[in-house]
Amino acid sequence: MDHDIIQFGLYVPPHPHPLLSPGASEGYQRLRDAFDTCRERIENSDADLIIVYSTTWPSIIGHQFQANPNSEWVHVDDDFHYLGSMPYSFTMDSVFAEACVEKAKERGLQARTVNYDAFPIDTGSITALSLLNPENRIPATIVSSNMYANRSETIVLGKAIRDALTEEKRKAVVVVVSSLSNRMFTEPIDPSKDRIHSQKDDDWNRKILEFFEDGRLEDLSQLSREIHGQIRVQKVVAYKPAWWMASTMGQHNNYEGEVLSYEALNGSGGAVIQLTPSVGSIGDKEFDEDDVEYYRGDRNVLDQGGV
Amino acid sequence: MSKGEIVLGALAPHPPHVVYAENPDQNEPVSEGGWETLRWGYHRLARKLETIDYDVMVVFTPHWQTYVGTHFLGVPRFSSKSVDPVFPNIFRYNYDLEVDVDLSEAMCKAASDAGLITRMMRNPDFRVDYGTITSCHMMNPRWDKPIITISSNRNTHYYSPEVMIEQALALGRACRTAIEESGKRVVLVSSHSLSHRHFVTESPLPEDMSKEHIYNHSQYVWDMALIDLFRQGKMREAIDIMPEFTEQTIAETEGGGLVWMMGAMGMPEYPAEIYGYQSVIGTGNCIAAWVPQPDKREIVL
Repeated sequence: MDHDIIQFGLYVPPHPHPLLSPGASEGYQRLRDAFDTCRERIENSDADLIIVYSTTWPSIIGHQFQANPNSEWVHVDDDFHYLGSMPYSFTMDSVFAEACVEKAKERGLQARTVNYDAFPIDTGSITALSLLNPENRIPATIVSSNMYANRSETIVLGKAIRDALTEEKRKAVVVVVSSLSNRMFTEPIDPSKDRIHSQKDDDWNRKILEFFEDGRLEDLSQLSREIHGQIRVQKVVAYKPAWWMASTMGQHNNYEGEVLSYEALNGSGGAVIQLTPSVGSIGDKEFDEDDVEYYRGDRNVLDQGGV
Repeated sequence: MSKGEIVLGALAPHPPHVVYAENPDQNEPVSEGGWETLRWGYHRLARKLETIDYDVMVVFTPHWQTYVGTHFLGVPRFSSKSVDPVFPNIFRYNYDLEVDVDLSEAMCKAASDAGLITRMMRNPDFRVDYGTITSCHMMNPRWDKPIITISSNRNTHYYSPEVMIEQALALGRACRTAIEESGKRVVLVSSHSLSHRHFVTESPLPEDMSKEHIYNHSQYVWDMALIDLFRQGKMREAIDIMPEFTEQTIAETEGGGLVWMMGAMGMPEYPAEIYGYQSVIGTGNCIAAWVPQPDKREIVL
């Protein structure tokens, strides 16, 4: 069994506000508190690796894995530069990054590591790693989001990383850095009055959160294209985080979900969510939610009178 | 004080490959050359600029992407290293540049007065984007003039190409007003490619020119259609077809650079000078210049 290769997964927002200005609004502070809770949970887990999939690190030449053992610089966000600078010093697991590249190539993907002084790590990854792993207790790697990749390529990417986890016998916390709805206000706002950009975005976000809370990751993955059409500004070809998260963590719905916080970030939907692999929930969501790795036959639900 | 003016506007694509191929001291990776058609075109434009008296280069870049309004550089000097997040293997450039903050503030205010959302960027740790650096390096490798960078507000994605065009034209007109009131002589730089579909693989030797070609014929035909309008001086028509061009070729014109420049230059009706066209990792790149003063214009290609 390899289920403990994933300790748990986190879905966190990319905006810098919980790091740079948590006190600017009650909502930002609640997001910050949720990040802090997740930090404690990582510290109390058996995880020896953090894998970050960041939607704010686009790539073109295949898939890039951050492999600089000590990634250090001072970053400033393109939009929110007035909130302050973001100095960082992250410990990256270059060996695991190389393993990911090898496995990605074995599955037909173009992939490479990046290991360069002053490489510009993106706002989302910096926010996530600064808040979730501030002391570098656990090494990390960051994987880019290829701007042309669609469903199959993204799912294969997740599977390749899972291959690497299995072969390296690692125990990872998986972190997806992405908004839910990503439409921001295009005029400056008072942070204390921040809200989701539209009722429609809020409605969709809350429905997505229901799925997360039920642990229905694979169902969310199947809904990705609809989510992209409904609440994503069409900056890239697809909403990919759920595809990647599902294929990396396991393409099923057997998770315990917890929404720690859901707030507006300059109009976009920011949520901190935890998904933990569960061994006991097969069949308790839909009648056909059986194991999708090994077919164990018909469960004869009618004979058992339990419909 | 005499009235300021725009002395030249250039479409100046910024694939970092051209800097990599030049092997300047500032860039760490070393190449065996490549993309000569573009580079030689840039060399000729740089030589022309040496004959033109100007005070500052104003760059509109799609690689400083802002969603809350349009932002302007507002720190007098930046000295740092720019590493391209997409092509870090070929672009790690140490830069040291000066910014004309006075004119930047004036343009920011003029744009704000025109109803646009604006903000000055005052954080000294900010890294100047590689689009600005590539275009400026190729046009003025001596870096002996101050620059201003204007961010690209993402109207095309948030609203539509039509909204982007209206706002970019308004921004251009506002910048022109600020330039005229400043008394300065300014070179405008629209830093972007035309068609913008990339290959997602790279040759072991990036400068292997036996592997370089346009991504597909459709992109080429569209690029040529636009360049033909440049040559004929039909910029109103070029802007009119911009939404279709951008959609068909996923063009980097979506950022608004060329539209901004045309807005600032009053939609030129004279032929552009064409300095070169070449593909870089599949994208279509044209170097072109519009020169308002008739006796300074020439037929280049």
